Amino acid sequence: MSITKRLFVGLSTIALGASITACGGSDQSTSCVDCDDQVTVGILHSLSGTMAISESTLVDTEKMAIEEINAAGGVEVGGKKYEIKYIVEDGASDWPTFAEKSKKLIDQDKVPVVFGGWTSASRKAMLPVYESKDAFLYYPIQYEAQECSNNIFYTGATPNQQSEPATEFMFKRSPAAGKPFFLVGSDYVFPRTSNTITIEQVKSLGGEVVGEDYLPLGNTEVAPIIAKIKKALPNGGVIINTLNGDQNVAFFKQIQDVGITPDNGYYVMSYSIAEEEISTIGPEFLAGHYGAWNYMMSINTPASKKFARNFKKRWGSDRVVADPQESAYNMVYLWKAAVEKAGTFDDNEVRKALIGVKFDAPQGPVEVMPNHHLSQTVRIGQITSGGQFKILESTNGPVLPQAWNQFEPSSKGYACDWTDSKKGERYPL
Amino acid sequence: MKNSFTNKRLFSFLVWAAIIAAIIAAPSILPVFRLNLLGRYLSLAIVALGVDLIWGYTGLLSLGQGIFFALGGYCAAMFLQLNSATNFPNQIPEFFGLYGVQQLPFFWEPFRSSLFTLLAIWIVPASVAAILGFLVFRNRIKGVYFSILTQAALLVFFNFFNGQQKLINGTNGLKTDVTLLFGQMVGSDSMQRYFFWITAVLVILAWFFARWIVRDRFGNILIAIRDDEARVRFTGYNPTLFKTIVFAIAGGLAGISGALYTIQSGIVSPQFMTVPFSIEMVIWVAVGGRGTLLGAILGAVIINYAKSLVSEALPASWMFIQGGLFILVVTALPEGVLGWMQSDGPRNLLSRLGVRRPLSTYPGLEERGKDEVKL
Amino acid sequence: MQLILESLFNGLAIGSVLLIAALGLAIVFGLMGVINLAHGELMMLGAYSTYVTQLIFKLTPLKQFYNSYVIVSLVVAFVVTAVVGIVLERSIIKRLYGRPLETLLATWGVSLILQQFVRSVPLAYASGLICTILIGLIFHIILPKNSLTYSQARIAKVSSWVFSILLGLLSANWLSSSISKLGRASARNVDVTAPSWMRGGFDLWNITFPVTRIVIIVITIIAVFSVTWFLKQSVWGMRIRAVTQNRSMSECLGISTETVDVLTFGIGSGLAGIAGVAVSLLGSVGPNVGGNYIVGCFMVVVLGGVGNLLGTIIASFSIGIMTDLIGAGRLLTIWPDMPAPLATTVDFFATTSMARVLIFALIVAFLQFRPSGLFPQKGRMVEG
Repeated sequence: MSITKRLFVGLSTIALGASITACGGSDQSTSCVDCDDQVTVGILHSLSGTMAISESTLVDTEKMAIEEINAAGGVEVGGKKYEIKYIVEDGASDWPTFAEKSKKLIDQDKVPVVFGGWTSASRKAMLPVYESKDAFLYYPIQYEAQECSNNIFYTGATPNQQSEPATEFMFKRSPAAGKPFFLVGSDYVFPRTSNTITIEQVKSLGGEVVGEDYLPLGNTEVAPIIAKIKKALPNGGVIINTLNGDQNVAFFKQIQDVGITPDNGYYVMSYSIAEEEISTIGPEFLAGHYGAWNYMMSINTPASKKFARNFKKRWGSDRVVADPQESAYNMVYLWKAAVEKAGTFDDNEVRKALIGVKFDAPQGPVEVMPNHHLSQTVRIGQITSGGQFKILESTNGPVLPQAWNQFEPSSKGYACDWTDSKKGERYPL
Repeated sequence: MKNSFTNKRLFSFLVWAAIIAAIIAAPSILPVFRLNLLGRYLSLAIVALGVDLIWGYTGLLSLGQGIFFALGGYCAAMFLQLNSATNFPNQIPEFFGLYGVQQLPFFWEPFRSSLFTLLAIWIVPASVAAILGFLVFRNRIKGVYFSILTQAALLVFFNFFNGQQKLINGTNGLKTDVTLLFGQMVGSDSMQRYFFWITAVLVILAWFFARWIVRDRFGNILIAIRDDEARVRFTGYNPTLFKTIVFAIAGGLAGISGALYTIQSGIVSPQFMTVPFSIEMVIWVAVGGRGTLLGAILGAVIINYAKSLVSEALPASWMFIQGGLFILVVTALPEGVLGWMQSDGPRNLLSRLGVRRPLSTYPGLEERGKDEVKL
Repeated sequence: MQLILESLFNGLAIGSVLLIAALGLAIVFGLMGVINLAHGELMMLGAYSTYVTQLIFKLTPLKQFYNSYVIVSLVVAFVVTAVVGIVLERSIIKRLYGRPLETLLATWGVSLILQQFVRSVPLAYASGLICTILIGLIFHIILPKNSLTYSQARIAKVSSWVFSILLGLLSANWLSSSISKLGRASARNVDVTAPSWMRGGFDLWNITFPVTRIVIIVITIIAVFSVTWFLKQSVWGMRIRAVTQNRSMSECLGISTETVDVLTFGIGSGLAGIAGVAVSLLGSVGPNVGGNYIVGCFMVVVLGGVGNLLGTIIASFSIGIMTDLIGAGRLLTIWPDMPAPLATTVDFFATTSMARVLIFALIVAFLQFRPSGLFPQKGRMVEG
């Protein structure tokens, strides 16, 4: 090895060391908690990659909620008003990145709360970070449950607030009542778990699930699945659809071509298609099929209309609001209410104060339950050719959330309660 | 001459002292989050060393190193999960319960042993690499063909791991942060500090190992395969054997790297087997300097650091920067930054800007030693 | 019989998408030994051109021709992607001939940039840019070079580019003002709606044949035939074949290999554009649409071998049929009483994701017998 080479090695090592030290030094204090009259919260969604399309709508909604709160005077703690600031981080549609950015928000930016996540995989990746650092995450998406963390607060629907009423509706009261079911989903945890629950539920209702199939994420060749459906449901039936994102487009375009349509007795119930997706896929492919949500844009109440109007005013008149956005909106307000109730930004106090907080959400009243989920109203809608849901049914008031599913044998008979130290994450009922 | 020799010794001693001091001191200087990032990037340097061995030295561009990386990560993560699964029903990790699995799949059984896991972390990926490599190299598949085949293999592994909920938890992957090792939580700050030290030491060891490989006869053959494989074959060597061995070594390094990366990032998932990640590994080496081991290490650390800084500030621009980097490096800097520096790049640049280089005339040549002259 | 027919049709449908997607890739690979990792992104550009064409056809003066926009968009997509491909070849790939691995990396870089480009640049301006380049290139070709003096040529060149930039700006402006959707950047997936005559399907022998699929099969057949005709019958096709077989000898005989390279790359990229049209009819159009198909293309190229269209065709259709047979679980229906262990294995692989795994394993196994694909190139080269 020549001298220059060695010199270079040495120099580069020193340079590396110096740069690391420099970065370490300069990266401090990008934010400030409680400095004067501001509080900084974290927002963590995918701004790049495949999920950016969906998740960016949540960022927009959360920003809007924060702006609304600030315009109304901010958060009041101990008689003092705090303005909410936010740091937006990019999860890049990559689950490990979600964990990394969570660590950054907690350790470096020291935010009291993080609003974030969409896919179950991203939540599962973040969960250990929040548990090991005892921080607090607010997660806004309807999901498969079977989880109840002390460090996560879930404002989306659990299966008994979305898929179970929907399955029951399809089996008992839809035009395809009593017909066999076929389950289609993207290949990841939400469709798989959700379908396990649906299979158990259909069995207990006395119906029949004649097949299930999963499309790998990123694959849009749906022809084999359609062939399977045609074979399994020759005379029409119910298709429960938990496909993700653009796979839905391929699916709905192509099932129409082979005659899997409401006219021929095939009804698709989708759990991931909201107003946003309807406008992307095109209502002409979806009209007559079903969806189940807590919030639908067509809800005819002043709160709902105001939410939609404000969102359009803030982000453009061609934008729509949908259930995930409404959940994201609620969670910011619920956090604010809990902080004000607790009188501090401290995680543990806020967590305690959160239970029992009520909020008049765009969907109607919601309340935080001891299992860190929300009680919410469930609505079944039929997609119209205008790209909206026609609400066919809605539950009589909010439905209590079940973190542990009561159809799935492994979790049957369990529940979650964080207000009682003896009960905790999972206790037998 | 003697004097210069001791100078060299002293100099290298100083360099090593500085490196060791930096490693020991890093945890106290850096905040936890940055230390954790640095530790992860250092572990990526190990996989980059492997890529450098197969691509920089042997000329095999594998776009599927993510397979071996993830395999190492899965081995480590499953060991940790099993180790802390004593409280769960059936003494198996919690996620199995979600899918109604009662009994641990048989191939995970041995991972209850720590010794087995330590071996498996590099032996499993290395053997997969050896098998895959042998099947491909045996048929003299190489060049671009080899690259797209590895990419297809990567995607197939991704699909497989993504779809197998009941065996390996599918898309969710395995978490390590809340698992226990020696009674300590893996995600805790003190554990992460130890992991940083272990990673730093392993990077140095891996560098020595890689240097040992490329320095001797073996390394010469690798370079010969890169430059003219047919000639190597005609000289009586069997390129298949050498290629398989070096591919397996790179696989093993990737496995170690994946395990270290997993315990520091807290999760291993099929995302490690996506196409972009594996191609990124190549660009670390390409930027640092292919065929220079130090370049691979520096490239991995610096590019990843830049990525995390850029994506914090301007998330959308990283794709442009990265894409530009790919194009720039292969068109303007094919030898990478380190290679450019070693091949007189800076002096050429200076002379282009009008600064003359000193003339290398006879007396000067003798004084400075022959290896200094590169015209 | 009905089962076999249905299976055959489905395989044909999947295979034709693979074939049209892989055709351009295979031609470029065959001629230049270059794998273009940005091929998927060129498909994406083709799909986006379909989308833009569709929106233009919704404007009043063209509305009556709306039903035929797909045919126009085939031409548009071909031209757009061919132009992008030519720019790509002239600016980057040209510098990397003889270094296929580096080309692989550079084209990956291009693919990243293209993906981010459609996310962050409004489509109207992207179209304007393409217009500029297209018009500039046309001027570049038609300008009489020999009759002008050096300074005249320079002025002509500069003014032609200024003119094309102006035209490009004008078209961008017109697009963004008349179609507001194109005026904003969006990472959102967009949707191409097939005209009404292409929706639905018709029943024959108890099988529903979706019209879209048939249209795609027809497009593929036409594309394959025109490419074959071009390569076998036209003068430039002959030159391309000559360069494929022996580059230096062709150069000695006075064939401009540079033009051949541009031409081949342009055609290969243009075919990616046509594939983009086909793909846009099946699913949504987004920045990642190309990435979904590219690995399938690789499998086709690996299986089909280099420099032989027939290999590519057979490879695509066999992969298509295998995907259908395995993925849709048809093997069990065709052969209901297969032995139990085999049946469980087949059942294990009878999902779309596992079908891919199995097909890859089969391809690797196949390569053990035929290392250079179905139709290996014959020649006297040392490297087989």
